[in-house]
Amino acid sequence: MFGLKGSDFALFLVVAVLTLAAPFILNPFPETSSLAQFNGGYPDLMQRFVIFGIFAIGFNILFGLTGYLSFGHAAFLGVGSYAAIWMMKLLTMNVIPAIIMSVIIAGLFSLVVGWISLRRSGIYFSILTLAFAQMSYALAYSVLTPITGGETGLQPKLNDPRILDAAPEGGRIPQANLFGLDMGESRVWNVGDWAFTFNAGYYVAAVVMLVAFYLSIRIFRSPFGMMLRAVKSNQQRMNYTGLNSKPYTLAAFVISGMYAGLAGGLLVAMDTQVGPERMFWTASGEVVLMTILGGVGTLIGPVLGAGFIKYMENILSKINTTVLEGWFAFLPDGAADAVVAVLGLFVGKGWHLTLGLIFMIVVIFLPGGLVEGGRRMFRGRDRTATRKVKSGQTPPTSKPAE
Amino acid sequence: MTFTTKTVGRRGVIQGGAALGVGLAAPTFFNSPARADMHTGYLNAPQGGTVTLGFNVPQSGPYAEEGADELRAYKLAVKHLNGEGDGGMMNTMRINGGDTALQGNGILGKKVEYVTGDTQTKSDAARASARSMIEKDGAIMITGGSSSGVAVAVQALCQETGIIFMAGLTHSNDTTGKDRKANGFRHFFNSYMSGAALAPVLAANYGTDRKAYHLTADYNWGYTTEEAVTQATEAMGWETVNAVKTPLTQTDFSSYIAPVLQSGADVLVLNHYGGNMVNSLTNAVQFGLRDAEVNGKNFEIVVPLYSRLMAKGAGANVKGIFGSTNWHWSLSDDASKAFVQSFGKEYGFPPSQAAHTCYVQALLYADACERAGTFNPCGVVEALEGLEFDGLGNGPTLYRAEDHQCFKDVLVVKGKENPESEFDLLEVVEVTPVDQVMYAPDHPQMGGAEATLGSCNTGV
Repeated sequence: MFGLKGSDFALFLVVAVLTLAAPFILNPFPETSSLAQFNGGYPDLMQRFVIFGIFAIGFNILFGLTGYLSFGHAAFLGVGSYAAIWMMKLLTMNVIPAIIMSVIIAGLFSLVVGWISLRRSGIYFSILTLAFAQMSYALAYSVLTPITGGETGLQPKLNDPRILDAAPEGGRIPQANLFGLDMGESRVWNVGDWAFTFNAGYYVAAVVMLVAFYLSIRIFRSPFGMMLRAVKSNQQRMNYTGLNSKPYTLAAFVISGMYAGLAGGLLVAMDTQVGPERMFWTASGEVVLMTILGGVGTLIGPVLGAGFIKYMENILSKINTTVLEGWFAFLPDGAADAVVAVLGLFVGKGWHLTLGLIFMIVVIFLPGGLVEGGRRMFRGRDRTATRKVKSGQTPPTSKPAE
Repeated sequence: MTFTTKTVGRRGVIQGGAALGVGLAAPTFFNSPARADMHTGYLNAPQGGTVTLGFNVPQSGPYAEEGADELRAYKLAVKHLNGEGDGGMMNTMRINGGDTALQGNGILGKKVEYVTGDTQTKSDAARASARSMIEKDGAIMITGGSSSGVAVAVQALCQETGIIFMAGLTHSNDTTGKDRKANGFRHFFNSYMSGAALAPVLAANYGTDRKAYHLTADYNWGYTTEEAVTQATEAMGWETVNAVKTPLTQTDFSSYIAPVLQSGADVLVLNHYGGNMVNSLTNAVQFGLRDAEVNGKNFEIVVPLYSRLMAKGAGANVKGIFGSTNWHWSLSDDASKAFVQSFGKEYGFPPSQAAHTCYVQALLYADACERAGTFNPCGVVEALEGLEFDGLGNGPTLYRAEDHQCFKDVLVVKGKENPESEFDLLEVVEVTPVDQVMYAPDHPQMGGAEATLGSCNTGV
């Protein structure tokens, strides 16, 4: 269906259902329970899940298929963001022009960077892209302050031209919207002790993510995707057969740059602010982590990795010692202090430590990332299921992972 | 099951179920202004017996130390607001010439709770953590931060969502200048005030015939500080020989210091903060600048914005160097003494200026809610605008209505020659009266006539 094979379509369907039902899935704990701390179903985090999902999907088209490890992808995200915010300042607070322009500008920028960087491969390519990204960061931070707002970044202001919009009323900056539907608009559904938030911005971003995911499946399954895989497995041999691989790698680079720009534009659409640190090398490193953590070269892996890291960043980092003390108040004094002291290292500002540990565990024991973990679990179940088939029970359904 | 169609923090909604019903059943509540609608009609209106404040401070990154001190101050403020501890500056604060409305029973009878977030000194991260506090935890006010970039970004977010923002340590003119917002308030002083306060002291000590060389951190705060100091000193007759931008990430400033002596300048102004200032000052002293003699005068170094934490980092190098600061624990007024004592009893050392400004902001916000009779941002804005207060460590202070900036005396300090303890690093040279650092709301350094607050936003 939609040009997708059965198993791919099933995967797409699963992702679509998970995405659309995210407000329920991410809020499993009642508001009144102490576990509500772990609920992730508030608009900002849900939006980040899908936006960084898009970013990682795009990155995976380059890294997963061609094997070219770009260490500067955050630059495209940042450029997309700046393009989007300028659209909002100059044209309209409607997110459509902002998103379109962010993709175009990021595409053009990645064409330039790719054109130069793809002259080299391997570590030299990575260093070149890193250099470009750091250069963009430094430019945005200081030299280009009139355009980028420097360290402070850019936000929509009351006295921006916004030639397509009516003059703002009552001294209020208009909200980012989609033909009048505010991105910040939320409906809260209360069921007993549970509260589920349905946010307009999240669903806009989610639909864009699903389109991006669909495109990525089509690219993975296309002859073009096959050529990219050929680049990864042996570029030299490919060149010897008379094929010029550069157009393919450059196309992959630009496509993934446009994905990054799209993510950047969406970030601005959801939260109208850009700062240069969006382009800092740690941001580029983060998308590499997301992809590896989830599973390089798999369809769903990057999305999982993005969600995992953003969850850790936003939930774990907010658990402070006071919260821990609350949880372990039932222990005797000395024991509670000891437990809080030890766990305190891994939460709050120590969330990086936890992430590092998990990353190590995944890379050492699950080189294929979370997807491989899931696959192993499925395979384990498959085996038991097969045994059950022999004893006359229902056969297992096909596994949805790529 | 109920649907609510506003941007509402979820916790507020749940707790609000009952109260909202009451509100809907009695529409007259909406018609009568002010007190009747105290806990409805605005974002995250607190409903149960508690109110949640969001403390958004840098817990990692270059200003983590300031952030930790800010958090200590907030925790202390929460204690005092809830009637625990010795009350600190709640006992000394005077509001519009009268006593504070705070009674030590929380704010408006609701116990104060708080959530914390890490700004990482990055505007993106700061906004993400502020949004999670607003959307997830139902925070009614966001406060804190230790850099102007973060302050401007979070202030804009609070304006858009309809939450009050009480800025922490932010010194750039922009926060209450070109980027001022109706929902945002700053107690800390700014670059302009530093320049205006320092210039006369510099003229008195170093003469009016000086040639200055500026090294400026290459970002917004650096620019506004350089501009402010340049204009203030040039007005006294100084000449600016050169102003060089240095990258924020620079740790070795030797290549920037070396050309200074050849330039014919006899004063070096370091528009640096935090680790930058520690490194550049150390380099300058190592290069023998302080012992040099140029144009027949002793070479001098000036640091426009000082903090105790920086002085500690730079060690003996700060001795005799002039700068300005918002507050210092060695001040001897009753309020400062009460705060230092209270903070010291809790944590065992004196508070920094970052801790002081954050503590004061928390108290001022609480008092404004108490006087307004509501947490409604527009009510709070009204209560804070034009507020005159005293007894919070800076003498009589005005929260100006036009730009939400506090106007108070500015301290000009000097690195102490013979420190008696590791905290006793700065001595107050002069308290520049507020009239000298006053400026018009549409001052060119503050974004000119174009800068506007907009109108307050309640988020509904």
